[in-house]
Amino acid sequence: MTFYNTLQESEACLRNFDAHEISRGSVIRAVESESCSPERLLTLLSPKASDDLELMARKAHEITLRQFGRVIQLYTPLYLSNFCDNQCSYCGFNARNRVPRKTLTLEEIEREAAYIASTGLKHILILTGGSRPHAPLSYIKSAVRVLKKYFSSISAEIYALSEGEYAELAAEGVDGLTIYQETYHEAVYDRVHKAGPKKDFQFRLEAPERAARGAFRNVNIGALLGLSDWRRESFFLGMHAGYLQDRFPNVEISASVPRIRPHEGDFSGFEQVSDRDLVQMILALRLFLPRLGITLSTRESPWLRENLVPLGVTRMSAGSTTEVGGHTIACHDAEDASQFKIADERNVEEIKAMLVARGYQPVLKDWMQL
Amino acid sequence: MEDLFRVGGREFQSRLLLGTGKFANYAVMKKAIEESGSDIVTVALRRVDPGSQADNILDFIPPQCTLMTNTSGARDADEAIRIARLAKAGGAGNWIKIEVVQDNKYLLPENLETLKAVEVLVKEGFVVLPYMSPDLSMARRMEDAGAAAVMPLGAPIGSNRGIKTRELVEIMVREIKVPVIVDAGIGSPSQACECMEIGCAAVLVNTAVAISENPVQMASAFRDAVMAGRRAYLSGIPEKGGLSGAASSPLTGFLSDEK
Amino acid sequence: MLIRVNGKEEQIDQPLSLKELVLRKGLQLDRIVIEHNGVILPRSSWGSVRLTEKDTLEIVSFVGGG
Repeated sequence: MTFYNTLQESEACLRNFDAHEISRGSVIRAVESESCSPERLLTLLSPKASDDLELMARKAHEITLRQFGRVIQLYTPLYLSNFCDNQCSYCGFNARNRVPRKTLTLEEIEREAAYIASTGLKHILILTGGSRPHAPLSYIKSAVRVLKKYFSSISAEIYALSEGEYAELAAEGVDGLTIYQETYHEAVYDRVHKAGPKKDFQFRLEAPERAARGAFRNVNIGALLGLSDWRRESFFLGMHAGYLQDRFPNVEISASVPRIRPHEGDFSGFEQVSDRDLVQMILALRLFLPRLGITLSTRESPWLRENLVPLGVTRMSAGSTTEVGGHTIACHDAEDASQFKIADERNVEEIKAMLVARGYQPVLKDWMQL
Repeated sequence: MEDLFRVGGREFQSRLLLGTGKFANYAVMKKAIEESGSDIVTVALRRVDPGSQADNILDFIPPQCTLMTNTSGARDADEAIRIARLAKAGGAGNWIKIEVVQDNKYLLPENLETLKAVEVLVKEGFVVLPYMSPDLSMARRMEDAGAAAVMPLGAPIGSNRGIKTRELVEIMVREIKVPVIVDAGIGSPSQACECMEIGCAAVLVNTAVAISENPVQMASAFRDAVMAGRRAYLSGIPEKGGLSGAASSPLTGFLSDEK
Repeated sequence: MLIRVNGKEEQIDQPLSLKELVLRKGLQLDRIVIEHNGVILPRSSWGSVRLTEKDTLEIVSFVGGG
């Protein structure tokens, strides 16, 4: 039994759920209840519930304060390589895109690390494209050995690995894994992942549980909003996070809520997800899973990021670049080599100041490995 | 839709399990079982005392009831396992309530020995329902080991104090997939009803019925209370408070001045 | 011959089968279960089991219990 089975059961719940049957009373009950039933999550995500966002927001705010306090953890991504063997139609690193490709040398990694560390950040997320030959596990492990000197927490967002490989990475000092399913809709998944090893839906779907078994402390999942109906994606994302929380009580589970951003390649045919939709999704996830970490990237505008802080967000990126070597090496006019365009270009100091002004404590170092 | 109680691969109408200890006599016990509507009835095993052997208790238990032997008296896993095997050989079937107690002051269960007994007896094909302190990670282990249900205590055995462990039991109800049955400590029908309202699958009651002035009538009171609590749970009990008060500055106001 | 029954030592003065011992104690065969030296014996075998020195017996029956 893996989440693949649970996904199929959840699809049956979704089919049997009639959103038109939802009354305001059932929305209010769903907000106040603590049940973990799929129907409750579907109710919170329903169009009817969108009339009661303020009610949901108050409860979500209260839960977030109770669970996490007025604290936002900051991290920044570090792109090690943008070589990719996949053809994901929403991504700038798509193998068919003609963009400059690069894999950082260990010396270059050290330069990037030293620069990022000078901003005070202690949590880093390393990323590669989906190319094993250009960024093999051995390379990632060497990179981690360099980065350990500078950072107290290293997470990785890389192509899906086996359980044994995840354990190797964890043993090397990586404490967290970020891996997005992109879409829980198997047919859409097949369509947008035109070719490459990532095309295997189930192998990717089960990666988070392999990672959790492989001894990571944090596992961060996500769906790329816009590939398919956002309500549907949010529902499966919530079920997936709940599944992981149930089975791995010792692993901290988080979810990201990325909306598709402009990028190099064929940007068309995606569904619109409004700010209002994004808010409802975050609120529903918070109400459904009080302990869930919620990560918000610089894909969103400064204005929206600030307003989302009280609603359930626990982790934000800051001072981001989505280019390989973007901090110290890349020439900044080579904009077309980025994975996606960022919307919040503020540096770490500015983000910290914004959080403090809103009464939140920015946390740069949450813990360290002894 | 019929709301059946599914446990151990079987389906039952009643969510009240009745213990047979401490009754004044077997005839009263028999009437109480009948009035309670219970489908599952517990018995125990004791060393025989030659000369004082009276009637066979099994003859007084309605034949449609599923017998479940309690391993009470066991001080460790090995003794519980022995009792289970003896019960089966004695014709009481393979339903076992594991009760391992090393603490004679509070009669609180020994979770670790209980778990060991669950592991062994499940492999031997018993339907195993461990009586335990309400500890979530232990309950998960019991479930993983194949327990048919978990039976957290509400309060010490025979104390009639009610569900003092409510918050811990609620967590178990939310997290554990097999039925959660509150066993021990339930002293009155309202307390049994409370257990059912918070989503427990069933309750096991003995002392409160057996030592009341009128055990037969008390058995029927428990029957009704358990059914009432279950119906309330299924109806979705509205939360207290919650709706009152409005925040001075809306948290989602920014959406209306969307750029 | 010395045997142990339910934790107590008992002196037996003549050779006995398990069944004979139980009947001598006035126990009803269909109410009890017997463990003989740690092994549960089916009722049908009680007649053919001869008691020997230092045998340990547990004889139990069902009682009320929660």
